[in-house]
Amino acid sequence: MRQGHQTWVFPSRPVILSTAAIGGPFEAKGPLGEDFDITHGDLMLGQDSWEKAEKVLLEEACDKALEKAGLQKEQVHFLLAGDLMNQIITSSFSARTLGIPYIGLFGACSTAMESLALGALLVDSQSADYVLAATGSHNGAAEKQYRYPTEYGSQKPPTAQWTVTGAGAAVVGNKGSGLRVHAATIGRIVDMGLSDPFNMGAAMAPAALSTIETHFRDMRLPHDHYDLVVTGDLGKVGHQILSELLPKHNVDIPLDRYIDCGKLIYGDNPTVWSGGSGCGCVATVTYGHLLRRMREGEWKRILVVATGALLSPISYQQGESIPCIAHAVAIEAEHPEEG
Amino acid sequence: MADQKKKKLTPVQQEYQQLAKRHEPPRPLLRNFTRAFFTGGIICLIGQGIQEMFIRYFDFTEKTAGNPTTAVLIFLSALLTGLGVYDRIAQWAGAGTSVPVTGFANSIASAAIDHRSEGFVLGVGGNMFKLAGSVIVFGVFSAFVIGIVKTLIKMGG
Repeated sequence: MRQGHQTWVFPSRPVILSTAAIGGPFEAKGPLGEDFDITHGDLMLGQDSWEKAEKVLLEEACDKALEKAGLQKEQVHFLLAGDLMNQIITSSFSARTLGIPYIGLFGACSTAMESLALGALLVDSQSADYVLAATGSHNGAAEKQYRYPTEYGSQKPPTAQWTVTGAGAAVVGNKGSGLRVHAATIGRIVDMGLSDPFNMGAAMAPAALSTIETHFRDMRLPHDHYDLVVTGDLGKVGHQILSELLPKHNVDIPLDRYIDCGKLIYGDNPTVWSGGSGCGCVATVTYGHLLRRMREGEWKRILVVATGALLSPISYQQGESIPCIAHAVAIEAEHPEEG
Repeated sequence: MADQKKKKLTPVQQEYQQLAKRHEPPRPLLRNFTRAFFTGGIICLIGQGIQEMFIRYFDFTEKTAGNPTTAVLIFLSALLTGLGVYDRIAQWAGAGTSVPVTGFANSIASAAIDHRSEGFVLGVGGNMFKLAGSVIVFGVFSAFVIGIVKTLIKMGG
């Protein structure tokens, strides 16, 4: 049910039956290492290319999520997946393996919430009983496609971010118990004219602001409604910028309740510069870490705002600025009014 | 050029870019310069050492020792690239590792490794010069121009 201009409210409150997070070796050593269902010691995952390794990550995330939900893949009506590779090959090839009817998405790093929002919409409108929303990224594959060869020695600036090697998946269903998807706000493209691909946090922060502002306006909610507002991969730089932008635009989210997945995943590790990024960043942190803490009762309501920079290596070389987007999904504990 | 680009931006975009600029941690230039200076120097020192070795033990002259010295440096750089170490040194050293011939070797080796999965012909062969290609193209072209200029001056004098 649409509310306002850009927000869907789901009266049936679709259930997140299970989530899974898979991580690479570097993520396993990070502060959230314990929150992954499976971590890999080998960056290649025993495959012979980065792209194949990314596919394995996504397949494992899907398998694990299905296993945790106690479902067979035949029971899942739709798979909503996306990734960063050209022609979203990771998702399509995983869908080939899984054999679930598949809707391929591209929203760059915002795909995690784009797929969850659409999944909840399908379930809420009774178009599906169960859907699987999945996304992932691989550091080597992303470096190779977007930047330089992985072993090329180029010095990165302090605003650069480290693409997460990982994948996350969630099973959304119409019945059962678990966390519930309450609403979702679909973002519009915001382009502030920034064109530095080594400073994505600054490029994406205004998109996050636009979606957060719209969400609260459409939902007519007080700004302190959520126990936690999380952005996808703004990193340290983008987090700082958004922390300044929010009060400036009279969005009075208590700043101690605003965090960023790109800052969480590697902690204060200086070798990742501004923080983590990529589809796998918001997917693994949300599905692995944040939702675990919600299930443990730490928070009742959170708003996850996944941000995406919709550039390509060619658009950047042709001097185009970076169009950015953010999608927000409100996730609530089963009985948020209690306690 | 930069001004022209700025003029196209709306006032809101300009204002935001100024705000974003304030939050951008500056590149540690002095540290980068110092590191680049010393690493670049060390690489050249190693090169000098190798050259001396060729002259002293293998009967090369100062002129003929140049080629085998470069070959050894290229070999070492490609080896370190293959072992996955060169990019880490480079993040620390910056231009210190990219300007010498080792950086050139690294750009070729790294591209070749990355595209190995697409096969030898279209992958390795087609992509190994994707970074080094522009160095070769513009290097050869500038040499050509300077060669013509030099010839013309000689003809005139």
